[in-house]
Amino acid sequence: MPRNLWLRVGLVVAVILLSLWYLYPPRKTINLGLDLQGGIHLVLGVEIEKALATQTDRLGADFKDALERKGIGVTRVAREGDTAFAVQLASPQSWNDAQTVTGEFPSLERRSEDQAAGRLVLALRPSEVARLRDEFVRQAVETIRNRVDQFGVAEPTITRQGDNRILIQLPGLQDPERAKALIGRTALLEFKLVDDRTPVEAAVAGQMPEGSELLYQRRVDKSTKTEQKIPMVIQKRSLLTGAELTRAEVSADPNATGNWQVAIEFSPEGARRFGEVTEQNVGKQLAIILDGNVYSAPRINERIPGGRAVITGQFTVEEARDLAIVLRAGALPAPVQILEERTVGPSLGADSIRQGMIAILASAVLVFVFMLIYYRLSGLIADVALGLNLLILLAAMAAFGATLTLPGIAGIALTIGMAVDTNILIFERIREELRVGKTVRGAIEAGFSRAFRTIIDTHVTVLVTAAILYNFGTGPVKGFAVSLFVGLTASLFTAVFFTRLLFDLIYMGRRRAEAVSI
Amino acid sequence: MIQLFANPNYNFIGRRKWAYLLSAITLLIGLASLAVQGLRYDIDFTGGTLVQVRFEQPASVDRIRAALTRVGLGDSVIQEFGDPREFIIRLPLKRGASSNEVGQRIQNVLGADASVGKFEIRRVEFVGPQVGRELQLQAIYAVLAGLAGILFYIAARFDLKGGVAAVAAVFHDVVVCLGALSLTHREFSLPVLAALLTIIGFSVNDTIVAYDRLRENRGKLTQRGRFFALQMNDAVNQTLSRTVLTSLTVFFSTAILLVFGGKVLQDFAFVLFIGVITGTYSTIYVAGALVVDWTLSVEGRVRRSPGSRGSTGSTVASPPRKKASVKP
Repeated sequence: MPRNLWLRVGLVVAVILLSLWYLYPPRKTINLGLDLQGGIHLVLGVEIEKALATQTDRLGADFKDALERKGIGVTRVAREGDTAFAVQLASPQSWNDAQTVTGEFPSLERRSEDQAAGRLVLALRPSEVARLRDEFVRQAVETIRNRVDQFGVAEPTITRQGDNRILIQLPGLQDPERAKALIGRTALLEFKLVDDRTPVEAAVAGQMPEGSELLYQRRVDKSTKTEQKIPMVIQKRSLLTGAELTRAEVSADPNATGNWQVAIEFSPEGARRFGEVTEQNVGKQLAIILDGNVYSAPRINERIPGGRAVITGQFTVEEARDLAIVLRAGALPAPVQILEERTVGPSLGADSIRQGMIAILASAVLVFVFMLIYYRLSGLIADVALGLNLLILLAAMAAFGATLTLPGIAGIALTIGMAVDTNILIFERIREELRVGKTVRGAIEAGFSRAFRTIIDTHVTVLVTAAILYNFGTGPVKGFAVSLFVGLTASLFTAVFFTRLLFDLIYMGRRRAEAVSI
Repeated sequence: MIQLFANPNYNFIGRRKWAYLLSAITLLIGLASLAVQGLRYDIDFTGGTLVQVRFEQPASVDRIRAALTRVGLGDSVIQEFGDPREFIIRLPLKRGASSNEVGQRIQNVLGADASVGKFEIRRVEFVGPQVGRELQLQAIYAVLAGLAGILFYIAARFDLKGGVAAVAAVFHDVVVCLGALSLTHREFSLPVLAALLTIIGFSVNDTIVAYDRLRENRGKLTQRGRFFALQMNDAVNQTLSRTVLTSLTVFFSTAILLVFGGKVLQDFAFVLFIGVITGTYSTIYVAGALVVDWTLSVEGRVRRSPGSRGSTGSTVASPPRKKASVKP
């Protein structure tokens, strides 16, 4: 046998061994998509604008404090748009002093000013806005990853997508609703004072002093299961937030059996602030607010040192546990919104695998039998090539860590159909060459070389569509494109190179091949 | 040796006028159905919520609807899904309601209704308005990009006329498939889009095989001086057994997907099924026939215009080294 034939045999053997190596053990090597193994796929949008507005509000309040520390009177600070706020000085005479305060805020720039009226508008610098936007999303990804890790999901995928989106994939999840609640919750914990000077009735009627707002406490009557919303007037200013937390643990509520509570502990800095706040506001009610809902509003009897507090609120043990997780993981910097959700239960996934496998097997058997009957020995060669194609396809998916989805299975079934086309093209051409009276060797030679150009053209066009599908498609369509792409590339190797090798081994070795079984 | 066609010599191209009529009728029916009934888009494109429920006992659409009406979800589309115990409930987008709430509400109301029995939520899909709009745009881009890619490739490998005719053939197939979807009240979803793009690839595949053969023949001395229409007909005949064999294997593969692939893949398999048939047909009667008529009309003009130097009849062929003298 010529040397180059040995080289080709060696290459094929190497490819087969490599494929087997990548595929072993099969259960662990092929990633199943969420549609096959069940799980939840979420795309979240981070509402950056809201976070920017909050940030601007905070800066406005800080700016006002800084002015007042210098003895400059301020009548009003109001936000304009998401990234600017207007300051109205009590008297235009303090204009120049106010200018020096502006210097203390390097992240702000002056947008407009009216010295005579004592009014100026400050805005976040564009570079600062860009930095914050990026940081909010990055923080959100980090926070969600923390929460998911603590929740305990195997092999989660949490990645940033584009500008302000987060893709989350949690395979094999049993309770998707709970996971969604855990992930999507902002979990902003705030401590604010109850405004005891404004009667609730007046506030509900619309007489709200500036700096206060109406928030609700929800109470569920466990016997009748009715929900009550109790309005409360709360000062807008947040005295302390969950950012200063170090611990959050679940414990039983000693005052109400069957209810659970979350005990929290502040960092030394947070504990100091908590001590101060409680010292300055003895006798007042301190509301504990989570995502805009009041959970409790205990009266402060004395200064609380040590930085410990308890959140009560008719929690079940699961609710309390999830709350502790989100508090430990920290608040999201901005609220998130579910843009897309796909949840597949495990039983549906199992059904899909079964049906998909039946379809692939049936289509493979059909093609195998057809080729064998129609092309005899050559058909058998094509069948072996097809088997090798499937082997390489699965191995390549394992090697690249590609995910097998239900449309991906369909792509494999289709690849079977198309890979066999390549062999049909070649075989028909060989038959034709035989008809015009070529020798066996000559016909095989001509059949392969003439068909090759067509094969390249057909493969390129389908690969182009597969590449486009991959680029434009989302999850399921991408899976289809991947298996189509890999399958067709493999078919160039198996249906052309490998089949040719078998033909050469069978027919070229002999001195005089008299007939070809085709 | 089994052979489907031994030296086939059917007059495909000669009968192209009849085929044009057939194409026109099919396209008209498809377009009419698209215009009148429209295409039903899946929530992938419109946005909305889809819930797949499996009951322990056979249930009925009416009973589920009655239960849903009580919570104001009576406008849902409820469909049996392959089995009298399995149903798909689709809800349009509602302002202010997140997937969370709607899915939960369905679960609650069905759980509270004893008449429907025990059930399992097998799948929940929610697509927000923003994502739906993006997916719509992406779908259009994908089809256009697919067509453009093919046009460029064929124009580069063969010639522009061939590229345009091939794209016309593909376009024909896409319209026929969409028309079939509309006629059978199936939904246009992401997997269906994938199937359409596959059909685009498949149809072009066939066309290229025929063009390739034509180009090869025109380079051969023996084929010189034959009418272009005859040359095209020869190319189609010479590749006929391959075309039919391949189409049959793909056809059977998709038929199997259609039967065994399960409900989820059914619409996908349906489009492939229709597409394989129209793709094979359009290779001959759209891509092939159009190039022939185009060439004939160009040559008619060239001959009529004074001072022309004869034939420009190179279509779907590398410019023949020995110029084929083509008569209209």
